[in-house]
Amino acid sequence: MSASSREIEKLIGQGYKQGFVTDLEADTFPPGLNEDVIRALSAKKNEPGFLLEWRLKAYRHWLSMKSPQWAFVHFPPIDYQEISYYSAPKDKRGGPKSLDEVDPQLIETYKKLGIPLAEQEKLAGVAVDAVFDSVSVATTFKGKLAEAGVIFCPISEAVQCHPDLVQQYLGSVVPYADNFFAALNSAVFSDGSFVYIPKGVRCPMELSTYFRINAANTGQFERTLIIAEEKSSVSYLEGCTAPMRDENQLHAAVVELIALDDARIKYSTVQNWYPGDENGVGGIYNFVTKRGDCRGVNSKISWTQVETGSAITWKYPSCVLTGDNSVGEFYSVAVTNHFQQADTGTKMIHIGKNTRSTIVSKGISAGRAHNTYRGLVKVLKNAENARNHTQCDSLLVGDKCGAHTFPYMEVKQPSARVEHEASTSKISEDQLFFCQQRGISAEDAVSMIVNGFCKEVFKELPMEFAVEAQALLGISLEGSVG
Amino acid sequence: MLAIESLHVRVEDKEILKGISLNVGAGEVHAIMGPNGSGKSTLAHVLAGRDGYTVTSGMATYNHANLLAMPPEERAREGVFLAFQYPVEIPGVSNIYLLKTAVNAIRKHRALEELDAMDFIGLVKSKMKLVDMDEQFLYRAVNEGFSGGEKKRNEILQMAVLEPRLAILDETDSGLDIDALRVVSDGVNALRSKDRSFILVTHYQRLLDYIKPDFVHVLAGGRIVKSGDASLALELEDRGYGWLEQHAGAAS
Ligand SMILES: Nc1ncnc2c1ncn2[C@@H]1O[C@H](COP(=O)(O)OP(=O)(O)O)[C@@H](O)[C@H]1O
Ligand SMILES: [Mg+2]
Repeated sequence: MSASSREIEKLIGQGYKQGFVTDLEADTFPPGLNEDVIRALSAKKNEPGFLLEWRLKAYRHWLSMKSPQWAFVHFPPIDYQEISYYSAPKDKRGGPKSLDEVDPQLIETYKKLGIPLAEQEKLAGVAVDAVFDSVSVATTFKGKLAEAGVIFCPISEAVQCHPDLVQQYLGSVVPYADNFFAALNSAVFSDGSFVYIPKGVRCPMELSTYFRINAANTGQFERTLIIAEEKSSVSYLEGCTAPMRDENQLHAAVVELIALDDARIKYSTVQNWYPGDENGVGGIYNFVTKRGDCRGVNSKISWTQVETGSAITWKYPSCVLTGDNSVGEFYSVAVTNHFQQADTGTKMIHIGKNTRSTIVSKGISAGRAHNTYRGLVKVLKNAENARNHTQCDSLLVGDKCGAHTFPYMEVKQPSARVEHEASTSKISEDQLFFCQQRGISAEDAVSMIVNGFCKEVFKELPMEFAVEAQALLGISLEGSVG
Repeated sequence: MLAIESLHVRVEDKEILKGISLNVGAGEVHAIMGPNGSGKSTLAHVLAGRDGYTVTSGMATYNHANLLAMPPEERAREGVFLAFQYPVEIPGVSNIYLLKTAVNAIRKHRALEELDAMDFIGLVKSKMKLVDMDEQFLYRAVNEGFSGGEKKRNEILQMAVLEPRLAILDETDSGLDIDALRVVSDGVNALRSKDRSFILVTHYQRLLDYIKPDFVHVLAGGRIVKSGDASLALELEDRGYGWLEQHAGAAS
């Protein structure tokens, strides 16, 4: 092996820095799934009857479904009876009402992850909902948001305090029968974030949820629901990590976004779940359904994701462009290293007239990893003048990894214009030597080339997250050059 | 500045350089000529530290240090510059970003402060005049979609910005039309100074009409078979390499 491939391997091989475990007393269900488990879960959360009914319907439907086989990922069958469907840090004080009541160990955990929850050191201008295993442990800036009429709270709390909104919108974008993992999530979802932006309100700060899986042998099934009323706008950020463990852990989330007339939702994700070790042992299985409905005219939903973690990622944030003149965007950077597999992309469903969508996907593979872009652009009969532009680029680091692109198009309206561009490039030894000959180290050369490659996506991220994303990319590609 | 002593180099199982000795003093310009496949690029790459070459014996000393023991980026930071025969493209990375990263990596190594954006732009713009390049090239991806001549000019721009002590130009002249050749040569001549040395690798005598070398060496079959002053280049133009190659064959 040449010196530069050795260095690539070294770069890739660096450690996962969020892999610690918090030792807490937890209230955890024994492994197993049946209707009684769902009833117990619903009772634990003191849920209204409609929700329990909905969960049970989803569960019964799920029993009739099979795990999807079409994605370009490979993993042994998951035994759903071995997973625990509820784990929460044991609450000694009957549920945190304010930050002062949150277990200091939890505050410490988030601090270690770079997410300060304590009042005096909160991230300026960002409200955070921290979800730890199955429950939300803290939400910051609640008061300030309430002044603006914005509701930002754990979905379990929304079920109690705003049941009408939940009943109206839950499952309206991703019905429980949508797919295998969505059905499972609908049956057993534990917590997640709820956002409601009233008519005409620009949310005064970035909202953010930080998901942390801590307990072993538990799945995390969070559910996020964001509703932007007419002429409102919101920018929402999501970050995730998990301890390093040898067993695979399941994360099957559902995110639903609803944008009414002239509303805008920007949803950004920096996903850094534990990816497994350099031999492919352990890591999170991340099977997520994210979908936004541009229900109103002139509405806009924009997804930006930087995916560096998870052993397996299966994820297609999508936009249903229902309202006339609505706009959907998808900007994605997906990095896979070692034995990671990612099958990700988007769906843009054009229903209304003059709807527009943009897809920019950047896949980076290193080590022995496989990175797949899978995208669907569908233009229905009435979507006159629909426009789509898709750009799909792959970058290979080393020669043992793979990139695959599966663009699907279904166009039923002759005035539509759908464009697709794709490219595959490789960080070659020639490029690395060239940079070194100009005085730049191989590590810096790789990160310079990768950052250049991802530039178009990073510029869509809110500032502080762009910086975090660049740093993260550096870490996940450490050991990738030689 | 640079002393190469009896350098033997293999690529895979093939011996390419079979004992090269060469002394380059400060401020000198050496031309290395020779037929295709004689090992000129191999020599340039070994001096710059490229992977894939095995030095089986001999040594190279640069400013009293063992050049061959340094990693490639350190050689660059110590002032060794290679203008590539085939400059690579780096999509997504702008020319100006590459230059800035390089300049600051080198300055850091020399314990100088990093240049801020204003100072850096000033520096680059002044150097662009040397090679008659339009500013728009700064914001394009490194060499992407550049013509052959533009790539070579870009190499000279990088050299001008990085201000090396030893510049090795590998066939910078090949593929250039006469105007581009003049621009490139003017650029090199402007950078000549008493403490900057050049090794000009070229296949054709033509370049040496524009850049007058102090010494000319003929490389054939992995050996320097003849050295002389600038007049040797003219002799080569008349007689070709044939007579020297026979000479090399007889010697081995
Ligand atoms: N990577 C390589 N693998 C095998 N042979 C090589 C390699 N690089 C160069 N060579 C051989 O080494 C010899 C010298 O090549 P080179 O140094 O490029 O010559 P020049 O620059 O003088 O044309 C040629 O015979 C060439 O085929
Ligand atoms: Mg050559």
